Amino acid sequence: MGADLRTLNPIALWRGLFGSEVNGSDRIVPPTGFTAQLTLFSAGAMAFLAVFALALALATGRLAERWSSDLAGAVTIRVSAPAGEQEARVQSALQILRTTPGVGQPRQLPPEELAALLEPWFGPDMPVDALPMPALIDLPVESADFDPEGLRLRLEAEAPGSVLDDHTEWRRPLIAAAKRLKFLGIVSLILIAAASAAMITLAAKAALAANGQVIRVLRLIGARDLTIATAFVRRFTRRAAAGATVGTAAGMLGIAILPSAEQAGGFLTGLGFQGLGWLLPLTIPLVAAAVGFFATRWAALKMLEAVR
Amino acid sequence: MIEMRDVGFGYQGQAELLSDMNLSLQAGMFHFLTGPSGAGKTTLLRLCYGDLMPSSGRMSLFGEEPRSLDRDAVADLRRRVGVVHQDPQFLDHLPVAENIALPLTIAGEPVDMQAMRDLLGWVQLQGHARALPPSLSGGERQRAALARAVILSPDVVLADEPTGNLDWEMSMRLMQLLIELNKSGKTVLVATHDLNLIRATKAQVTARVLRISGGTLHLAGADL
Ligand SMILES: Nc1ncnc2c1ncn2[C@@H]1O[C@H](COP(=O)(O)OP(=O)(O)O)[C@@H](O)[C@H]1O
Ligand SMILES: [Mg+2]
Repeated sequence: MGADLRTLNPIALWRGLFGSEVNGSDRIVPPTGFTAQLTLFSAGAMAFLAVFALALALATGRLAERWSSDLAGAVTIRVSAPAGEQEARVQSALQILRTTPGVGQPRQLPPEELAALLEPWFGPDMPVDALPMPALIDLPVESADFDPEGLRLRLEAEAPGSVLDDHTEWRRPLIAAAKRLKFLGIVSLILIAAASAAMITLAAKAALAANGQVIRVLRLIGARDLTIATAFVRRFTRRAAAGATVGTAAGMLGIAILPSAEQAGGFLTGLGFQGLGWLLPLTIPLVAAAVGFFATRWAALKMLEAVR
Repeated sequence: MIEMRDVGFGYQGQAELLSDMNLSLQAGMFHFLTGPSGAGKTTLLRLCYGDLMPSSGRMSLFGEEPRSLDRDAVADLRRRVGVVHQDPQFLDHLPVAENIALPLTIAGEPVDMQAMRDLLGWVQLQGHARALPPSLSGGERQRAALARAVILSPDVVLADEPTGNLDWEMSMRLMQLLIELNKSGKTVLVATHDLNLIRATKAQVTARVLRISGGTLHLAGADL
């Protein structure tokens, strides 16, 4: 059985950790009291937190992506001019836009579309033609080469009266913030994994220290290090996996019962998993089991070195 | 199987306790190791199962130089040497029978229930199979330790003051078991400071007596 934990063959490893014990060799270690509860609890709590950190990282990642693609959508150029000069100004603005890198064909909105845009504000009966209306040019943005600041300056200099109406400008800092939040979410996941490893290592060390006599007896009658370590490793790996499974389930349930976007709207409801994203938190118990395995194995083999 | 040539040993940071020791355990022979308390009997036994490493000289355990053994090899060596410690320790959370079977468990070998019953009967612990070690008397502990020491059928059995805490009758019962082991072909080495025990045993079995005095090992004369 000991050999199963030495290999990285996943099937052998699985059998070594979770298969039925060969002639009760786990019993060589007495029940380890409070360290058992400590491991279960900390693995559960950490898994619970990990679910939210994962949800945060995923949600902010989605947000940043969506906002970025909005940015890449389209901009509007507003051309206002004294009566009679408008057509000339529109033409010079179009001239500039056609030579702007990273954009598609500019298109001046025809009067009907203008009227349709204004209708919500003034009602259907408004004689739009009678108003001094600016012309609107729709400009599709096609690549990241597009430099809104450069275009704004060119329009200012070469087509007076033309204003780049970049209504997505205010989102740039939000995108940066979303990306930062995603990064923080990932950092949190790493910290949670590291803290779990530290706690499980401490619990395993406490269990090992409390069983110094047992370890000494086992060594004296010819137990190999791996046999002794395995008895501890199996316990802590199982506990870490069990605790993390409960914690993950609780965290996922908490996220599943968040109110839906239709009910509440806004940013917070984006905090959740979508589609296949629901499979991701299921890896948390696996990671916890791996953390338990390596942390305990390391602590046990290190402690055993002090016993001849 | 266990050989020493000019072996010396001193505990860390202390002067050499034992020096220039020459020893060759004879296969199938009953040996005593004697000497006053504090002479180094326990120390010499610990050298014999890889618990301590000699500071000087050459030593061979089943053909291997102990200093060249890695930790797994030391563990394997201990399965070939049955040891009854001066104050035998058990896993107090496991019943006596499981403690005796422990060498099999950690070697990953199956426990033969009939052989187990025979062994418990031999050391007269049938009635204590399910008891926990802390409930055993001194003599019962020594016999449980002896059963545990022989369950893997080692070539050599080392016993460190096995009768140290026992009355005379109980001591003789335990010596009887060691004599039986020796008669079945095992090499036996018993450390004791009790000369009466040695005399009583020699009435039943031919024994070599080794004595530690003046920090080294001597073959004792015929008077013992
Ligand atoms: N672990 C140790 N560290 C230092 N000195 C020790 C240790 N064990 C024993 N000694 C010393 O070595 C000497 C021999 O001890 P020991 O081998 O136990 O003698 P014996 O078994 O013959 O009574 C004693 O003086 C003892 O104090
Ligand atoms: Mg002693």
